[in-house]
Amino acid sequence: MTLSQIRILLDAEFICEHGMQNSDIKYAKASDLMSDVLAFSEPFSDRNTILITGLTNKQVIRTCEIAGVGAIIFVRGKNPSTETIELAHQCKITLLTTKLKMFETCGILYTNGITGVAPGTHGNPSDAT
Amino acid sequence: MQPEALLQKEFAIQGGDFVNAGESSCMIRNTLREIGVDSDIVRRMAIAAYEAEMNVVMYALHGTMQISVYRDEILLTIADKGPGIQDIEMAMQPGFSTATEEMREMGFGAGMGLPNIKKNADVFNITSRVGNGTKLEIRIFLDGKKTRK
Repeated sequence: MTLSQIRILLDAEFICEHGMQNSDIKYAKASDLMSDVLAFSEPFSDRNTILITGLTNKQVIRTCEIAGVGAIIFVRGKNPSTETIELAHQCKITLLTTKLKMFETCGILYTNGITGVAPGTHGNPSDAT
Repeated sequence: MQPEALLQKEFAIQGGDFVNAGESSCMIRNTLREIGVDSDIVRRMAIAAYEAEMNVVMYALHGTMQISVYRDEILLTIADKGPGIQDIEMAMQPGFSTATEEMREMGFGAGMGLPNIKKNADVFNITSRVGNGTKLEIRIFLDGKKTRK
Protein backbone atom coordinates (compact mmCIF):
# COMPACT_ATOMS: atom_id res chain seq x y z
CA MET A 1 0.00 0.00 0.00
CA THR A 2 1.34 3.43 -0.86
CA LEU A 3 1.62 6.31 1.58
CA SER A 4 -0.91 8.22 -0.53
CA GLN A 5 -3.41 5.40 -0.05
CA ILE A 6 -2.64 5.36 3.68
CA ARG A 7 -3.24 9.10 3.80
CA ILE A 8 -6.72 8.65 2.29
CA LEU A 9 -7.61 5.71 4.56
CA LEU A 10 -6.67 7.66 7.70
CA ASP A 11 -7.95 11.03 6.47
CA ALA A 12 -4.40 12.18 7.23
CA GLU A 13 -2.27 15.05 6.02
CA PHE A 14 1.31 15.02 4.83
CA ILE A 15 3.57 17.24 6.92
CA CYS A 16 6.54 16.47 4.69
CA GLU A 17 6.59 14.02 1.79
CA HIS A 18 10.14 13.61 0.43
CA GLY A 19 8.70 12.13 -2.76
CA MET A 20 7.59 9.02 -0.90
CA GLN A 21 3.85 9.32 -1.64
CA ASN A 22 4.03 6.28 -3.90
CA SER A 23 6.44 4.24 -1.78
CA ASP A 24 5.18 0.76 -0.97
CA ILE A 25 4.55 0.28 2.76
CA LYS A 26 4.25 -3.26 4.13
CA TYR A 27 4.82 -3.12 7.88
CA ALA A 28 3.88 -0.93 10.79
CA LYS A 29 4.97 -0.53 14.37
CA ALA A 30 2.82 1.35 16.86
CA SER A 31 4.54 2.56 20.01
CA ASP A 32 5.35 5.49 22.22
CA LEU A 33 8.37 3.63 23.56
CA MET A 34 11.40 4.29 21.41
CA SER A 35 13.37 1.34 22.81
CA ASP A 36 10.53 -0.91 21.65
CA VAL A 37 10.84 0.55 18.16
CA LEU A 38 14.55 -0.22 18.23
CA ALA A 39 14.05 -3.69 19.69
CA PHE A 40 11.61 -4.61 16.95
CA SER A 41 13.56 -3.04 14.10
CA GLU A 42 14.85 -6.21 12.49
CA PRO A 43 12.96 -6.15 9.19
CA PHE A 44 12.80 -2.39 9.03
CA SER A 45 15.96 -1.75 7.07
CA ASP A 46 14.45 -1.08 3.65
CA ARG A 47 12.21 1.79 4.73
CA ASN A 48 8.98 -0.05 3.88
CA THR A 49 7.82 0.36 7.45
CA ILE A 50 5.88 3.12 9.17
CA LEU A 51 5.85 4.08 12.81
CA ILE A 52 2.52 5.05 14.38
CA THR A 53 3.08 7.15 17.49
CA GLY A 54 1.72 9.90 19.68
CA LEU A 55 5.17 11.31 20.42
CA THR A 56 6.37 14.26 18.35
CA ASN A 57 9.83 15.08 19.74
CA LYS A 58 13.13 14.94 17.85
CA GLN A 59 14.04 11.58 19.37
CA VAL A 60 11.23 9.96 17.38
CA ILE A 61 12.96 11.06 14.17
CA ARG A 62 16.36 9.91 15.45
CA THR A 63 14.91 6.56 16.44
CA CYS A 64 13.37 6.07 12.99
CA GLU A 65 16.64 7.00 11.31
CA ILE A 66 18.55 4.49 13.42
CA ALA A 67 15.90 1.79 12.90
CA GLY A 68 15.52 2.51 9.18
CA VAL A 69 11.84 3.47 9.41
CA GLY A 70 10.77 5.50 6.37
CA ALA A 71 7.66 7.29 7.56
CA ILE A 72 5.86 8.34 10.73
CA ILE A 73 2.14 8.79 11.35
CA PHE A 74 1.35 11.04 14.31
CA VAL A 75 -2.01 10.15 15.84
CA ARG A 76 -4.64 12.17 17.76
CA GLY A 77 -4.06 15.21 15.52
CA LYS A 78 -0.61 15.87 16.89
CA ASN A 79 1.76 18.10 14.99
CA PRO A 80 5.52 18.10 15.57
CA SER A 81 7.57 21.21 16.27
CA THR A 82 9.51 23.07 13.58
CA GLU A 83 12.72 21.50 14.92
CA THR A 84 11.30 18.00 14.59
CA ILE A 85 10.12 18.68 11.02
CA GLU A 86 13.53 20.14 10.13
CA LEU A 87 15.26 17.00 11.41
CA ALA A 88 12.82 14.83 9.43
CA HIS A 89 13.80 16.82 6.33
CA GLN A 90 17.48 16.15 7.01
CA CYS A 91 16.83 12.44 7.53
CA LYS A 92 14.37 12.24 4.60
CA ILE A 93 11.67 10.73 6.78
CA THR A 94 8.09 11.31 5.66
CA LEU A 95 5.64 12.66 8.24
CA LEU A 96 1.85 12.43 8.33
CA THR A 97 -0.69 13.42 10.94
CA THR A 98 -4.17 12.00 11.49
CA LYS A 99 -6.91 12.93 13.94
CA LEU A 100 -7.60 9.24 14.55
CA LYS A 101 -6.44 7.58 17.77
CA MET A 102 -3.64 5.02 17.75
CA PHE A 103 -5.98 2.05 18.16
CA GLU A 104 -8.21 3.15 15.27
CA THR A 105 -5.20 3.91 13.07
CA CYS A 106 -3.75 0.45 13.69
CA GLY A 107 -7.10 -1.23 13.07
CA ILE A 108 -7.66 0.48 9.74
CA LEU A 109 -4.16 -0.26 8.47
CA TYR A 110 -4.23 -3.87 9.69
CA THR A 111 -7.55 -4.61 7.98
CA ASN A 112 -6.11 -3.13 4.80
CA GLY A 113 -3.13 -5.46 4.70
CA ILE A 114 -0.40 -3.72 6.69
CA THR A 115 1.13 -6.11 9.21
CA GLY A 116 3.22 -5.82 12.32
CA VAL A 117 6.38 -7.83 12.61
CA ALA A 118 8.01 -9.56 15.55
CA PRO A 119 11.80 -9.76 15.78
CA GLY A 120 13.36 -12.45 13.68
CA THR A 121 10.22 -13.28 11.74
CA HIS A 122 11.00 -11.12 8.71
CA GLY A 123 7.46 -10.31 7.88
CA ASN A 124 5.53 -13.40 8.92
CA PRO A 125 2.05 -11.99 9.60
CA SER A 126 1.24 -14.79 12.04
CA ASP A 127 3.80 -13.30 14.39
CA ALA A 128 2.48 -9.78 14.11
CA THR A 129 3.01 -7.50 17.10
CA MET B 1 47.38 -6.85 21.62
CA GLN B 2 44.67 -5.18 19.53
CA PRO B 3 45.81 -4.41 15.95
CA GLU B 4 45.68 -0.86 14.66
CA ALA B 5 42.18 0.30 13.75
CA LEU B 6 41.37 0.85 10.07
CA LEU B 7 39.09 3.69 11.11
CA GLN B 8 38.54 5.39 14.45
CA LYS B 9 36.26 8.23 15.50
CA GLU B 10 35.42 9.72 18.86
CA PHE B 11 32.37 11.74 19.86
CA ALA B 12 31.68 13.79 22.98
CA ILE B 13 28.29 13.35 24.65
CA GLN B 14 26.84 15.94 27.01
CA GLY B 15 24.59 14.76 29.80
CA GLY B 16 21.12 16.30 29.69
CA ASP B 17 21.47 17.46 26.07
CA PHE B 18 18.23 16.04 24.72
CA VAL B 19 18.30 18.39 21.72
CA ASN B 20 21.36 16.79 20.14
CA ALA B 21 20.92 13.33 21.63
CA GLY B 22 21.33 10.65 18.98
CA GLU B 23 23.37 12.78 16.60
CA SER B 24 26.62 10.92 17.28
CA SER B 25 24.94 7.54 16.76
CA CYS B 26 23.52 8.70 13.43
CA MET B 27 27.02 9.81 12.40
CA ILE B 28 28.37 6.39 13.36
CA ARG B 29 25.60 4.74 11.33
CA ASN B 30 26.35 6.90 8.30
CA THR B 31 30.10 6.31 8.58
CA LEU B 32 29.68 2.53 8.72
CA ARG B 33 27.32 2.65 5.73
CA GLU B 34 29.75 4.78 3.74
CA ILE B 35 32.63 2.35 4.21
CA GLY B 36 30.43 -0.52 3.04
CA VAL B 37 29.74 -2.45 6.26
CA ASP B 38 26.95 -5.04 5.92
CA SER B 39 23.56 -3.35 6.49
CA ASP B 40 22.50 -5.73 9.28
CA ILE B 41 25.72 -5.04 11.18
CA VAL B 42 25.25 -1.29 10.63
CA ARG B 43 21.74 -1.55 12.05
CA ARG B 44 22.85 -3.54 15.10
CA MET B 45 25.74 -1.21 15.89
CA ALA B 46 23.59 1.90 15.33
CA ILE B 47 20.94 0.64 17.74
CA ALA B 48 23.53 -0.26 20.38
CA ALA B 49 25.22 3.13 19.95
CA TYR B 50 21.95 5.03 20.17
CA GLU B 51 20.76 3.25 23.31
CA ALA B 52 24.17 3.81 24.92
CA GLU B 53 24.26 7.47 23.87
CA MET B 54 20.77 8.03 25.28
CA ASN B 55 21.85 6.45 28.56
CA VAL B 56 24.71 8.95 28.85
CA VAL B 57 22.39 11.86 27.99
CA MET B 58 19.78 10.69 30.47
CA TYR B 59 21.90 9.66 33.44
CA ALA B 60 25.49 10.94 33.22
CA LEU B 61 27.25 14.29 33.36
CA HIS B 62 29.20 13.71 30.17
CA GLY B 63 30.84 10.95 28.23
CA THR B 64 32.69 9.86 25.12
CA MET B 65 31.78 7.35 22.46
CA GLN B 66 34.51 5.85 20.31
CA ILE B 67 34.03 3.65 17.28
CA SER B 68 36.95 1.58 16.01
CA VAL B 69 36.74 -0.51 12.87
CA TYR B 70 39.16 -3.42 12.60
CA ARG B 71 39.59 -5.94 9.83
CA ASP B 72 37.36 -8.49 11.53
CA GLU B 73 35.30 -6.55 14.08
CA ILE B 74 33.85 -3.22 15.10
CA LEU B 75 34.38 -2.02 18.64
CA LEU B 76 32.24 0.66 20.25
CA THR B 77 33.36 2.03 23.60
CA ILE B 78 31.22 4.38 25.68
CA ALA B 79 32.63 5.79 28.89
CA ASP B 80 30.86 8.32 31.07
CA LYS B 81 31.35 10.35 34.20
CA GLY B 82 28.25 10.06 36.30
CA PRO B 83 26.50 8.29 39.13
CA GLY B 84 27.40 4.79 37.92
CA ILE B 85 25.14 1.76 38.28
CA GLN B 86 24.60 0.25 41.72
CA ASP B 87 23.34 -3.14 40.62
CA ILE B 88 24.37 -4.07 37.07
CA GLU B 89 22.52 -7.38 37.18
CA MET B 90 19.32 -5.54 38.04
CA ALA B 91 19.95 -2.88 35.36
CA MET B 92 20.25 -5.64 32.75
CA GLN B 93 16.75 -6.92 33.53
CA PRO B 94 14.27 -5.88 30.82
CA GLY B 95 11.84 -3.35 32.30
CA PHE B 96 14.06 -2.19 35.16
CA SER B 97 14.50 1.57 35.02
CA THR B 98 15.33 4.55 37.18
CA ALA B 99 14.19 7.04 34.54
CA THR B 100 12.49 10.31 35.39
CA GLU B 101 9.11 11.37 34.06
CA GLU B 102 10.83 13.70 31.56
CA MET B 103 12.80 10.81 30.07
CA ARG B 104 9.68 8.68 29.82
CA GLU B 105 7.80 11.48 28.08
CA MET B 106 10.49 11.41 25.40
CA GLY B 107 9.84 7.71 24.82
CA PHE B 108 12.84 6.42 26.77
CA GLY B 109 13.41 4.96 30.20
CA ALA B 110 11.33 1.83 29.67
CA GLY B 111 14.14 -0.36 30.94
CA MET B 112 15.04 -1.78 27.55
CA GLY B 113 18.26 0.13 26.84
CA LEU B 114 20.93 -2.21 28.22
CA PRO B 115 19.05 -5.39 27.16
CA ASN B 116 18.75 -3.92 23.64
CA ILE B 117 22.48 -3.23 23.56
CA LYS B 118 23.33 -6.74 24.73
CA LYS B 119 20.95 -8.27 22.18
CA ASN B 120 22.63 -6.49 19.29
CA ALA B 121 26.23 -7.11 20.39
CA ASP B 122 28.35 -10.19 19.79
CA VAL B 123 30.34 -9.32 22.91
CA PHE B 124 29.08 -6.93 25.56
CA ASN B 125 31.03 -5.81 28.62
CA ILE B 126 29.84 -3.36 31.22
CA THR B 127 31.76 -2.05 34.20
CA SER B 128 30.62 0.64 36.59
CA ARG B 129 31.79 2.40 39.72
CA VAL B 130 29.15 4.08 41.83
CA GLY B 131 29.83 7.81 42.08
CA ASN B 132 32.33 7.66 39.22
CA GLY B 133 30.89 6.38 35.96
CA THR B 134 30.11 3.53 33.61
CA LYS B 135 31.96 1.99 30.69
CA LEU B 136 30.48 -0.17 27.96
CA GLU B 137 32.32 -2.21 25.36
CA ILE B 138 30.30 -3.47 22.41
CA ARG B 139 31.86 -5.71 19.79
CA ILE B 140 30.28 -6.93 16.58
CA PHE B 141 32.23 -9.37 14.43
CA LEU B 142 32.40 -8.66 10.73
CA ASP B 143 32.65 -12.30 9.70
CA GLY B 144 29.30 -13.19 11.21
CA LYS B 145 30.66 -15.42 13.96
CA LYS B 146 29.08 -14.99 17.36
CA THR B 147 32.11 -16.11 19.37
CA ARG B 148 35.87 -16.06 19.11
CA LYS B 149 38.28 -18.77 20.12
